[in-house]
Amino acid sequence: MDRMPGWADAILVPLISLLLAAFLSALVIIGIGESPVAAFKLMVDGALMRSAGWGYTLYYATNFIFTGLAVAVAFHARMFNIGGEGQAMIGGLGVALVCLYIPWPHWSLALLGSAVGASLFGAAWALIPAYLQAKRGSHIVITTIMFNFIAAALLNYVLVNVLRPVGAMDPATAKFPDATHLPTFQDMFSTAADPMFRGAPANVTFFLAVIACVLVWLLIWRTRLGYEIRALGHSEPAARYAGISPVRTVVIAMLISGGLAGLMSVNTTQGEAERLILNSIEGAGFIGIAVALMGRNHPLGVFLAAILFGFLYQGGAELALWTTIPRELIVVIQALVILFTGALDNMVRMPLERIFLSFRRRKS
Amino acid sequence: MVDVTNGGRPDQAASTAPAIELKGISKAFGPVQANKDIAIRVMPGTIHGIIGENGAGKSTLMSILYGFYKADAGEVFIHGRKTEIPDSQAAISAGIGMVFQHFKLVENFSVLENVILGAEDGPLLRPSLAKARGVLKQLAAEYELNVDPDALIQNLSVGHQQRVEILKSLYRQADILILDEPTGVLTPAEADHLFRILDNLRREGKTIILITHKLREIMEITDTVSVMRRGEMTATVKTAETDPAELAELMVGRKVLLRVDKTHATPGKNVLEVRDLRVKDDKGIVRLKGVDLDVHAGEIVGIAGVSGNGQSELLEVLGGYADGTGQISLNGQSLDLTGKHSDGQSRRARGIAHVPEDRQREGLIMNYFAWENAAFGYHRDPKYQSGLLMNHRAMIEDTERKIEKFDVRPPNAHLTAKNFSGGNQQKIVVAREIERDPDLLLVGQPTRGVDIGAIEFIHQQIVALRDQGKAVLLVSVELDEILSLSDRIVVMFDGEIMGYGPAETADQVGLGCLMAGLGGADTEAMQGWTISDAASAEPVDPSKSLIEAVDEKLHQKEAREARKNG
Amino acid sequence: MDLMTVLQVLDSTVRLATPLLLACLAGLFSERAGIFDIGLEGKMLAAAFFSAAVASLTGSVWLGLSAGIGASLVLSGIHGLASITFRGNQLISGVAINFLAAGMTVLIAEDWFSQGGRTPSLFGGGRFEGITLPFAEALRGVPVIGPIYYELISGHSILVYVGFLTVPLTWWILFRTRFGLRLRAVGENPAAVDTAGVSVVGLRFAAVAICGVLCGIAGAYLATGLQAGFVKDMTAGRGFIALAALIFAKWRPWYALYSCLLFGLLQAVALRYQSIEVGGLVIPVQFMDALPYILTVVILAGFVGKAIPPRAGGEPYVKER
Repeated sequence: MDRMPGWADAILVPLISLLLAAFLSALVIIGIGESPVAAFKLMVDGALMRSAGWGYTLYYATNFIFTGLAVAVAFHARMFNIGGEGQAMIGGLGVALVCLYIPWPHWSLALLGSAVGASLFGAAWALIPAYLQAKRGSHIVITTIMFNFIAAALLNYVLVNVLRPVGAMDPATAKFPDATHLPTFQDMFSTAADPMFRGAPANVTFFLAVIACVLVWLLIWRTRLGYEIRALGHSEPAARYAGISPVRTVVIAMLISGGLAGLMSVNTTQGEAERLILNSIEGAGFIGIAVALMGRNHPLGVFLAAILFGFLYQGGAELALWTTIPRELIVVIQALVILFTGALDNMVRMPLERIFLSFRRRKS
Repeated sequence: MVDVTNGGRPDQAASTAPAIELKGISKAFGPVQANKDIAIRVMPGTIHGIIGENGAGKSTLMSILYGFYKADAGEVFIHGRKTEIPDSQAAISAGIGMVFQHFKLVENFSVLENVILGAEDGPLLRPSLAKARGVLKQLAAEYELNVDPDALIQNLSVGHQQRVEILKSLYRQADILILDEPTGVLTPAEADHLFRILDNLRREGKTIILITHKLREIMEITDTVSVMRRGEMTATVKTAETDPAELAELMVGRKVLLRVDKTHATPGKNVLEVRDLRVKDDKGIVRLKGVDLDVHAGEIVGIAGVSGNGQSELLEVLGGYADGTGQISLNGQSLDLTGKHSDGQSRRARGIAHVPEDRQREGLIMNYFAWENAAFGYHRDPKYQSGLLMNHRAMIEDTERKIEKFDVRPPNAHLTAKNFSGGNQQKIVVAREIERDPDLLLVGQPTRGVDIGAIEFIHQQIVALRDQGKAVLLVSVELDEILSLSDRIVVMFDGEIMGYGPAETADQVGLGCLMAGLGGADTEAMQGWTISDAASAEPVDPSKSLIEAVDEKLHQKEAREARKNG
Repeated sequence: MDLMTVLQVLDSTVRLATPLLLACLAGLFSERAGIFDIGLEGKMLAAAFFSAAVASLTGSVWLGLSAGIGASLVLSGIHGLASITFRGNQLISGVAINFLAAGMTVLIAEDWFSQGGRTPSLFGGGRFEGITLPFAEALRGVPVIGPIYYELISGHSILVYVGFLTVPLTWWILFRTRFGLRLRAVGENPAAVDTAGVSVVGLRFAAVAICGVLCGIAGAYLATGLQAGFVKDMTAGRGFIALAALIFAKWRPWYALYSCLLFGLLQAVALRYQSIEVGGLVIPVQFMDALPYILTVVILAGFVGKAIPPRAGGEPYVKER
C-alpha cells in the first residue's frame, strides 16, 4: 500500500526539508552575529525586488535548470550523475569552438550552433563513464567524479596551451565575435523610457532552458524511451526481461544528461562572459544535484527549485556585498538542502507517514 | 534481556514445561495483520510443524520468536519462564537458533569464520578459530553434519550451506532450532538427509520447529503440527492423528482440488526445438551443458528440478535475456542466440510469450501503474504509439479489458503494481502474456506466492491455452505443480537433462532420483521414460545408500564449481 | 638526476602521500563496513580548518589536532545518522558533507579571523615539526644509506609516522581481530551479522567513527604539518584522490599504501617540474595532475584487474525475513 498521498510526497516532504534547511541556516547566521531576518530581507530586496535582481536570479536559474534536469534524467535511469560539472566544462569548450571558428551571420543561428556544440561535447564527456557503467559495471559516481577532475585538467591545458590568444596572460580564449552576442533581457525588454534588467546577465538562453523543461517532461513521461528509462531505473532484471537493453538505455540516458549539463555553458560562455574562461561553471554542476533532489526529478519541480537557488545565489551575492556574511553561506544552504531532501529524506518522511497512517486508521 | 539465570537451559525440574510457549502474540505491519492472537506450545525433544500457505504469517511468527520483529502484544515462555526477546542476541542466549529460508552467510568467508561470527571467544580470532575447528569435527560426527571447515561459502552447494546454518546454531548451543522452509532449495535426497539430521537432533533432546507449506514433510517427520491461516492459528493436532487431506482443508479453509481438471493432450506439430543448448554465466560456470528439448503444439512440457540446475537459464535464453550456443528453432525457423536479434523484443515478435519466474523482480515494474505494466515488454507495439509519443488512452483501455477478463481485483488500472496482492499481480502478468496469443508460452513458477483461488484460475488459463493448440513450457520447483499440469515431464540436474517421459507414469521417487542426477531401478520402473546416459554414467555403488550416492554426486558438482571459481 | 634530487622527490612523496594514506585508510574502514564515503574531502577540510584555528588560538598543535578530529567526527556523525540511522543515500550524504565543510570552514574562518577565509600562519608550538630519528646525524656521512636515512626516513612530523604505522595496524585489526571479522562481515552481508546477534548499527557507527578520526588526523596534518595554517579549499581534491587510491588498492591496506605512494609521487613530480620530457615527448603538468584519476578509471573499467567493492556497500540495511 502507498503510505501517503501523492501530493504529500511531491510537495510536503520537500517543503519541510526546505524549512529545516532554512531554520539551520538562520542559526548559522545568528552564530556569526547577524540577523537572519535582516539577511533574508536583504536577499529578497537584492534578488527579487528590482528587475536587475531578477536578471541575475534568472541568469543563475538558467544554469541550474540545465544541470538540475541533467541530474534528474540520470536519476530516472537510477544513475547518479555527479559529473555535471565536468560535462558543463567540456560543453563550454564546444561553445567556444563553435563561436570562435564558425562565422555566424546571426545570433539565432549561433545559438543553435553553440547549443549543438555544447550538448555534443557535454554528452561526449558523459559517454565513457556511461559506457563503463553499463558494460563493465564501473560505479558511475566514482567515474564521473574522476572525469570532473580530468575535465578540469584538460580545460586548463587547452586554455593555457592551445586556445589562449598570443600575448594574453589569462587562461581564456579570445572574445567571441559580435555576431554571436546573445540578446540579454535588457536588450529584449528595455525601452528608452523604461530601462529593465539593467546590466543583468540573464539572456535568451533562459527560454532555451524552459523549452528543455518541457522536452524533458515529454521525454520522460510521454515517450517510449522515457518509459524504458524509467523501467530500467526501477528494475534492471525487469528491463532485461522486457527486451530493454540496459547498456543502450543507460548510455542514452547519460548522453541526454551530459548534453543537458553541457547546455548550461551556452548561458555562461556565450550568454555572459562571451569567451571561455577557466572557472565559468562555479559549482553549478553540483547545485544541479540539490535542484533535482528538491524538484523530485520532475521538470516543473526542477524549474521551481532552480529559481529558488537562483534567488539564493543572487541574494547571497548581495549579502556578501552589504554584510559580513560571505558568499559561502549559499554553499552551506545548498549542503543543507541536499542533506535534508536527499540523504535525510527518511527523517522527514517517516514521521509524516506515521501521521498519515493514523489519520487513515481513524477514518476507517 | 533474558530473565533466566541459567542461560535458558532446561534443568531437570523444568523439563516437563513446554520448551516454547507463546501466548496471545499479535503483530501488524501497517494495515496488514500478520499475526492475530497466536498461542502455541511445543514440548521439549519434539519436532513441531507449522504449516500454512504463503503469507499465512508463519515466518512473521518465527521472526518474532527470534527477536527480528517486536510483537505488538503477547508473551513468550521458554522452558516455563517468561522471556523477553527484543533482539537476536536475546534469542541466542535463550537457546534459540534459526535457519532462515534465505541463508544469512557471508559468501566470501570460510565455513569456520561464518560459524564463529558473533560467537567469538575473545578479541583475537586465532583461539576462536582453533576451538571452532574442534567443535565442528565433533558435531559432524554426532549429527552427520559434514562440511569442509575451510571451504568458502560461495563454493558450497545450498545443501551444505544449510548445514553451515545448522552448525552455527549448534555452535551457539541452541537447544531450540527453528527451520523456515528448509527444503525449498533441496533435492528430495538432500531433504531426506536433512530429516535424518533433524531426527538425530530430536534424539539428543533438541526441540525443533519446522515451518513448511509441504504436507508430505509434516507427515514424515513431525510429532505435532499447527496450522496457520491468514495470520491465525486454526488448529494444533498430533501428527499421528491427522491426515494430509484434513491438514490441507485446515490450511485453505475448504476442500482443495489437488489435480488440475484437464483432458488428455493431443500434441500437434513440433513448435519448439532445442538442440545442444549451452550457456555459461558471467562467472564462467557452465549452466547448461547441451540440452535437447522439444515442445509440441497443444502440450504442456514441465521441467522438474531443484532450483539452480539450469532451468532459469533455459527460460532466460528462450525469453531472450541470456546468451547461449546451440540451435533453437520455433516453428521450423531458427532463433538467434546472441546479438541484436536475441533480445526479448525479438522473441516476442516471433510469438514467444513469457511469464517470468520472479514477477516482482522481472515481470512487473512495481512502481508502474497497472496500465503501464499491462503493456510491459510489448510497449513498442505500434498500437500503443501515436506519433512520437505513447498512446496512453489505448494502453488504459486495453488494460481495463484484461482486468475484466482475468478478474483482477481491485479492478483499477490506475493502481501501481505494488498495491495488488501477489495473486492479482500474477494475473496481470498472465493476462498480458496470454492475451498476445503466443505460439509458445514460457511459464516460470506460475503460482509462487499466489493464493489458492488464483492458483486454480491461473492453472485453468494455462490449460486453456494448451487446448487452443499452443505449446507451453513450464518450469516449477513444486513437484506437485509439475505433476498436475504437465503432459510430459523433463528432469534437469546440473545443466543436463536426466530423463523425460509422460506425466502419467512418473512417480515421486523416480523423479527425485533424477533430480539428484541419478538413474537406478526406481527410474527404470517408470514406463515410457527415456533416462539419459548422464543420469546413469557414474554407477551407484550398491553397498552405499541412495542418500550417500546423492551426497557424493552433489559433492562432485560442488567441487567442479569451486574449481571454476578459483 | 643525482641521488639527492631523487631523495628530495621521494621525501616530498612521503609528505604528500601521508594525508592521502590516512584518508584512504579512513575510507577503507568505512567502506569495508558497507558505508560508502565520498565525504572524505569534506571531513579533511573541516579537520584542517579546526586544527589550524584552534592551534592558532591556543598555540598548541595537540589541542588543534584534537579539535580537527572532533570536527571530522561531527561530520562522520551526520553521515552515520543519514546513512545508517535513516537509511538515506550514502553518496548524496557524502556530497552534502563536502559542501557543508566547504561552506562552513570559510564562514567560520571569516567570523573568527576576518582574513579572507584563512587562519593566521602557524609557528612554533602551533605546528607539527619534523622529528630527527636516532642516529640520523651520526649516519649522515655514510654513503647511500646515510642520506636515505637522514633525508627520506628521518625528519618527518609525528603524523607521517602515525600514518605509515596505521597500515599494518589496519591490516591486523581487519584480519586478526574479532572486531575486524565483524566489520568485514557487515560490509559483505549485514543480515549475517544481525542474525548472529551483533548490532549492525553499532558496528557501522564504529567504522564511521574510525573513519572520522583518521580523516581528522589527515586534515590536521595538512594544515599543521604539511603547511602552516588553513586556506580556503586547501584539501584541493585530496579526499577524492584518496578515494581513487582506495579503489586502486581494491580495499586492501597494504595496497592502499602502495597506491597512495604512487599518487603521492605523481603529486611530488608535478609540484617540482612544470613539464617532463620523456624521449622527446613533453608531458604537460596537467596530465600529471589528472593521472591519478585516469588510472582509477582504468582500474574501475576492469581492464587491469577488477576492483570489486564490498558486496553490501552503499546499501542501507533493512531487516528482512
